[in-house]
Amino acid sequence: MEPTDRALQWSADTVTRPDAPHRTRRPTPMWVRSARYWMYQYKRTWRGSITTSFLFPVLYLTAIGLGVGSLIHHPVDGVRFLDFLAPGLLASTAMQIGGNDAMYPVMAAIKWLKTYFAMLATPLSVIDVLIGHLAWIALRLFVVCSIYLLIMAAFGTVHSPLALVAVPVGVLTGMAFAAPIAAFAATQVNDMGFSTIYRFVLIPLFLFSGIFFPLNQLPGWFQAVALALPLYHGVALCRGLVLGHVGVSAVVHLAYLVVLSALGLVVAARTYRRRLVT
Amino acid sequence: MSATPGPSAGATLRITPVGLLGTRRAGRLVERNIRVYRRLWMYFVSGFFEPFFYLLSIGVGLGKLVHTVHVAGAVVPYATFVAPGLLASSAMNGSTLDSTFNIYFKLKIAKTYDAVLSTPMAPADIALGELTWSLMRATTYSLAFLVVMAGFGYVRSPWAVLCLPAAMSISFAFSAVGMAGTTYMRSWQDFDKVSLVLIPLFLFSGTFAPLSVYAGWIQAVVRCTPLYQGVALLRGLDLGILSWTLVGHAIYLLVAGFVGLVVATRRMTTLLLP
Repeated sequence: MEPTDRALQWSADTVTRPDAPHRTRRPTPMWVRSARYWMYQYKRTWRGSITTSFLFPVLYLTAIGLGVGSLIHHPVDGVRFLDFLAPGLLASTAMQIGGNDAMYPVMAAIKWLKTYFAMLATPLSVIDVLIGHLAWIALRLFVVCSIYLLIMAAFGTVHSPLALVAVPVGVLTGMAFAAPIAAFAATQVNDMGFSTIYRFVLIPLFLFSGIFFPLNQLPGWFQAVALALPLYHGVALCRGLVLGHVGVSAVVHLAYLVVLSALGLVVAARTYRRRLVT
Repeated sequence: MSATPGPSAGATLRITPVGLLGTRRAGRLVERNIRVYRRLWMYFVSGFFEPFFYLLSIGVGLGKLVHTVHVAGAVVPYATFVAPGLLASSAMNGSTLDSTFNIYFKLKIAKTYDAVLSTPMAPADIALGELTWSLMRATTYSLAFLVVMAGFGYVRSPWAVLCLPAAMSISFAFSAVGMAGTTYMRSWQDFDKVSLVLIPLFLFSGTFAPLSVYAGWIQAVVRCTPLYQGVALLRGLDLGILSWTLVGHAIYLLVAGFVGLVVATRRMTTLLLP
């Protein structure tokens, strides 16, 4: 192929030529192009993370669900401990992935590798860069949550076809952390703040969002605090869906997560612009 | 004795694990780390909270579901059972993360050690200095955790005083082996393997449930792993259930630590003085 042909082929992707409007493809949205970067990068490193996405659920469900579960001789919230635990772990895995992928990769793209700046040197806008990165995180969450659900099914902890909805809910839970944390990461000069997020946000939420024990065991004020925190809503939704009892409260949980994700996105658009456009 | 290392001292340093040869110069590296950490005090202080959160959630919260556990014929509340396990695993996690990520960063990214070697320091001093510093931090955390444990009433025996040196032996083993492992890491991608080792150890070493709940072959495998030694040692001391096997656990951890230190020193020498 001649170089000029190739150039034409590339330009056909984006430019609609007035003389041949029917032969051109619809242009790929810009944010998809920035998402593709992350996908392309992941192609080289996916093996390790796929292994762990299969292995860690198996290990957690075996050690805590079956191991500790064998010491609990009564139902927890009306179900086996393993059934109680598994959907909570799905939600918390989504939180961890969403949070983690919005911390170091964002810092790297701004400070260490400067990928964002390379992207902005192309026709991509700051919003394309942000949406593209978040879309990639959502896709990754989708894969990890689907694998988690498969493993839960293998452990016999899926009790309703509604469980399939737990995958998009897991994605939403992850995004409720990814968007605000990306907004935060874009304001940071170094990665010191991330260990604070881990120690004072992600780990306490993992431990106190009703994953390992029902929240009604906690003192009243503690319960009130836990109910106000985001992971609880992801856990409650996933648990309802997987066990097959979804009530009106599901709307509240869903709304909480959607609002938090949207709010994170709006704030991230501002912090990204402030950081990346000089 | 250690002020000016001659060329012949190199060989001695390489095979002397913790000998007094390098201690004074290793102290300089500790001093350097303390000076750096003065600016990162928040990072240091926040480390106290994590095991405490675990104790509240798993010990107190999950403890309300589990009630009691049988250990060597004794019936103990779950929180009392799990507390020494959490102390052991936090000693493992803290010192491993410290000796892998931080050391890799200084070795490969920041090139701190190349700068250190332009002074009279030798690779053995670096290995020993980093190990000492990591151990100092870990001991502070372990002490704080023990005080909290005692405050919650999870300490059952005066032998629990020995939990501090026992937790130090866990930190020593994981710091040294972690440091040795780090010298083989090629990129950040290799750090996936760190969690691939830590998470199974954290979950299956008798931390959350007694070994008896697992199948026979899992028990046999777990008995050979390092964190199990730490958990069994701390639990035995904390509950006052003493036997000679505790000495065996301690020896396992110390030997692992010394082997790790020797390997780390040799590898550091290869990497830094090619």
